[in-house]
Amino acid sequence: MQLESMYQEIILDHYRHPHHKGLREPFASQVHHVNPTCGDEVTMRVDLKGDVISDISYESQGCSISQASASVMADLLIGKSVEQAREVQETFLRLMQSKLDGPEFAEEHEEVLEDAVAFAGVAKYPGRVKCALLSWMAWKDATAQALDDTESGVKA
Amino acid sequence: MVVNPQFLDTDAIRKDFPILQRTVHGDKPLVYLDNAATSQSPQQVIDTIVEYYSLHNANVHRGIHVLAEEATALYEGARDKVAAFINAGAREEVVFTKNSSEALNLVANVLGWAEAPYGIRPGDEIVISEMEHHSNIVPWQLTAERIGAKLRWFGITDEGRLDLSNLNELINERTKVVSLVHVSNILGTVNPVETIVKRAHEVGALVVLDASQSAPHLPLDVQALGADFVAFTGHKMLGPTGVGVLWGRRDLLEELPPFLGGGEMIQTVTMEKSTYAGLPHKYEAGTPPIAEVIALGTAVDYLNGIGMDKVAGHEHAITEYALGRLQEVEGLRIIGPATNEDRGAAISFVLGDIHPHDVGQVLDEHGIAVRVGHHCARPVCVRFGIPATTRASFYLYSTPAEVDALVEGLDQVKQFFGV
Repeated sequence: MQLESMYQEIILDHYRHPHHKGLREPFASQVHHVNPTCGDEVTMRVDLKGDVISDISYESQGCSISQASASVMADLLIGKSVEQAREVQETFLRLMQSKLDGPEFAEEHEEVLEDAVAFAGVAKYPGRVKCALLSWMAWKDATAQALDDTESGVKA
Repeated sequence: MVVNPQFLDTDAIRKDFPILQRTVHGDKPLVYLDNAATSQSPQQVIDTIVEYYSLHNANVHRGIHVLAEEATALYEGARDKVAAFINAGAREEVVFTKNSSEALNLVANVLGWAEAPYGIRPGDEIVISEMEHHSNIVPWQLTAERIGAKLRWFGITDEGRLDLSNLNELINERTKVVSLVHVSNILGTVNPVETIVKRAHEVGALVVLDASQSAPHLPLDVQALGADFVAFTGHKMLGPTGVGVLWGRRDLLEELPPFLGGGEMIQTVTMEKSTYAGLPHKYEAGTPPIAEVIALGTAVDYLNGIGMDKVAGHEHAITEYALGRLQEVEGLRIIGPATNEDRGAAISFVLGDIHPHDVGQVLDEHGIAVRVGHHCARPVCVRFGIPATTRASFYLYSTPAEVDALVEGLDQVKQFFGV
């Protein structure tokens, strides 16, 4: 069945047992993102130490794809530099835009994507791409805000 | 509402709908249970569009040539069909719009712009309900915010019915307009229009009815309903997209200001000022969706050929069957009336903790098309404390075998997610 290409075991595992779920202190910024077409929501916190992502935590509701995506993302990005994390985020975005070429793209970029390669099968379901991207977009937004605050803090 | 639950001859009906013959995901027959979102069109409707563009295409109400006259006759003929279908007092009371949303926006705007006695003024109250589609919430929010009027609403009971306990307080002498859904697109509830109309008219308020989910499914008699405006859309009643209907009481439509300005809706134009065309053209600025209107006329013919009482009877029977079968599914909770009284053929539910998106995805894999999400009625989901629902909605071509396929599909969903 085609479905298994989207619902990889690793996705179902993260959905049933999400990592880093539950909002934590301290945090540099917090954002709330929604997917207006399906009502999925995420509140995401990001904390920075220098240019390292020292913590990501979130509270969310939504489908298995959006929940697992937040969990995998937090696992991958915590501890990375902002620059490295952005590379992962941008690669994940390209993976989601790869349509039917998802599996090939994932294989080529496995080093960057790590466990996020599990989402390769989602790319061919246009209705679900936004589910997978919700938390990644929230992270991008929260990180940009945290950096802005840091910069203005330095200036002040 | 008295309906005689009796199944139609769906074998014969389904032959008219080419899309119902196709398969999806390889060899799976299509089980189309998303009729509250959009219905499918019979060959007759499709042929009307082809024939119109093949033989009669021209702009309407202008041009002294054969095609223009044919197109105009077909277009105005469709208006007669729609007027008869809803038992309008006069054909001029039928205004073609783009869809229900545009029809509701039209009313919300012109009531905002109108002079006394109909115009909404600061401090006036507008009453809607918590079970409205967003298209009957947002236009009123916009008007209320612009004018400084107060937006109020009926709540929903735990059973998914309109909460009428504060009817007389909610609709009071400050109420200018009550805009209500006839049949809820998410809960399936048929609302007690008569009770609302009686109270609203007692206090001099106008009543707008969103009939998007009733016009396709029940015999609709706008005069008997007693509302002042009724809105519905073509693509939910076997017609094409791009055409909706606003029915309004003639004296009101004559009195109220125009909505959109442009060609067709004028009498005379000078550089300083214009006078407006009579009904219904006053509300039909610009070239209308001609082919779509004519095809909607064919859809009305098709429904009349079956008989709207029989359509309602079939849907009542299938809803009865579906409510019974769905409630056998362990972990399934119906959101909306769990019994078949005053109920339409849209059934929303949640299945354990499985998110509706995941439910819909697995069902799709089995060829079953349902809608998942908040169905453009997010306040209902908030009211019931759920993020979204899965909704199966039936029509005149739906069969008990399709209900069985849905129930089997839900078992597959549970297996897949290990519940």
